[in-house]
Amino acid sequence: MLGMRAMIVKEFRELVRDRRTLGMLIVMPLLLLVIFGYAANFYVSSLKTAVVGPQAAQAAKALPSFFDVTVTEPSGTQADAETLLRDNKVDVAFVTGQTPVLALVNGSNLFAAQSAVAALNKAGSQVKTQVLFNPDLKTSWVMVPAIIGLILTFIGTIITSIGMVREREAGTLEQLAVMPIRPSRVILGKIAPYFLVASLDMIIVTVLGILLFSVPFNGSPFAFALGAAIFLFVVLGLGVFISTISQTAGQAIQTAFFFLLPQILLSGMIFPLEAMAAGVRWIGYLLPLTYFTMISQGIMLRGAPIASLWLPFVVLTVMAVVVFTGATLRFRRDLAPGRPASPAGSQPAATETVSAA
Amino acid sequence: MTYSVRSATVRFGTAVALDDVTVEVPAGSVVAVVGGDGAGKSTLLRALAGEVPLDAGTVETPPKQRLGYLPASSGSWAALTVTQNIDFVAGIYGLAGEELAARRAELLDRASLTHAAGRLASQLSGGMRRKLGFVMAIVHRPALLILDEPTTGIDPVSRIDLWRLVSEAAASGAAVLMSTTYLDEAERAAHLVVLDRGRILVQGSYDQVRAGFAGVVTQAGHPVRAEWSWRRGRVLHEYWPGGDPSTPSSPSAPSSPPAGAAAVAPDLEDIVIALSLARRNAVPS
Repeated sequence: MLGMRAMIVKEFRELVRDRRTLGMLIVMPLLLLVIFGYAANFYVSSLKTAVVGPQAAQAAKALPSFFDVTVTEPSGTQADAETLLRDNKVDVAFVTGQTPVLALVNGSNLFAAQSAVAALNKAGSQVKTQVLFNPDLKTSWVMVPAIIGLILTFIGTIITSIGMVREREAGTLEQLAVMPIRPSRVILGKIAPYFLVASLDMIIVTVLGILLFSVPFNGSPFAFALGAAIFLFVVLGLGVFISTISQTAGQAIQTAFFFLLPQILLSGMIFPLEAMAAGVRWIGYLLPLTYFTMISQGIMLRGAPIASLWLPFVVLTVMAVVVFTGATLRFRRDLAPGRPASPAGSQPAATETVSAA
Repeated sequence: MTYSVRSATVRFGTAVALDDVTVEVPAGSVVAVVGGDGAGKSTLLRALAGEVPLDAGTVETPPKQRLGYLPASSGSWAALTVTQNIDFVAGIYGLAGEELAARRAELLDRASLTHAAGRLASQLSGGMRRKLGFVMAIVHRPALLILDEPTTGIDPVSRIDLWRLVSEAAASGAAVLMSTTYLDEAERAAHLVVLDRGRILVQGSYDQVRAGFAGVVTQAGHPVRAEWSWRRGRVLHEYWPGGDPSTPSSPSAPSSPPAGAAAVAPDLEDIVIALSLARRNAVPS
């Protein structure tokens, strides 16, 4: 009994010292409950809608409020409607001037599309419904592009941070610091293999997704590769950042988990962003996976060109620059604590004298 | 060529790890830093390696290309083999091809690691791992070699091996600064630095340190003053900062040994302990 008491006291003392685990025990359950309680909603309450064709104005007025008409274009054609859908500007587009009226549904936004189809079916023979980009409304078609991003996130944050923190744990970081190699080269040299492995993984998963689930690849592979590369820089940067705030592999995994979980649940991959409470939705817009999913779904399913995906491309690029620069600067600090950055590569002097600042 | 740390002060928060420390490491000789745990040995070595920024003072070192450093931690990459570890470090210093192959073979042979060349570093014994770390630190023939407790936790035979390697490095012209907790080892160095709580208690050659030692060390079964005594084998040694047994001193706090006490010729261990006790017991030595 006495022995167990000592054990309990020691365990609590260790737990109190380990702030990260303590945080996970107390803060995580609350956050999970609140955030995901508000986020977990498959029901889309309104659909962004376009109405084109000669009777556009009348049709727009006649539509129930469930269809939130954002575009009314009397001179527009079916091709214009398809472009609006491809650019993800609207979820549904009505083409008037024919009987029955043609309703085009954006199948790449799965839950919005399901709601739209259900509502349109009630209209009976007045409307002819056609689902674009994902005609059978298959979940796998929407999930596979998002899962590619999730896999890249997994490799980028967890695997990379473990690889980086291992040097710190083993004490070899100290050794690298005294070697004549620039910190930037240490970082790039350490990251390049993960970049290559992640790229290979991405190709395998994409090809397998296409073969196993018949997911289409309608857009430009180049645009897709570019988006994936930028996204990889963001998540690799996150991995490096995590390694700079972790002392052990265990801590790195714990911290990476903090970054990974919200990406799974709040990036729009599972629950549609537009169905989330506003207080939670903005978190989704801070997550890189949100933007990669926009790119991958856009290119693979809708065949969207880069021009129509400029926003996620720009956001990811900004994230990549900020996260990667911040993380490498932090990592540099660990690698070159004492010496002022000496011009490596230049002809070395016979001796170097370093004075205290 | 002499490398140095001059008037170096290093603070970690409020703790002073090095307090106005000056140490010179001439080419071709071994300088040994001794002292207890927390004396500042590693900080001194890391300051010379450029790993710890100084709060005051200067450091004079060769450029990184000519610096070799074996940290107190493993010193090798656990998931790489002995050969891969050496090749990685050599690659950073620009060694490749036949030059690397020849250098690697030579070092493995001298460190008696040839038979373990294909083994993972994580599968090596403690002594072999330290020898590998040493080989990695000298693969590029550094002008300044910094070794943080290369022999701690190593069996006596491996210690002899390592010492031979250190002596050979110095003989070939390297300036070697090493820390050790083994005082018998330090006696073999050309120059000794005795650190205690961030300050230098004494430094010089073994003979200089012995010659400069003031006071008397006696040997007895029971100490007169427990706080000034320490065990050496089956007997206790005791330090008398006041010196000569014939000098009279106050009976309440005698600083000289009682008449008839058996004085011994202090070795380095006695000197280091005596000086540390003198500092701790706040007696000007």
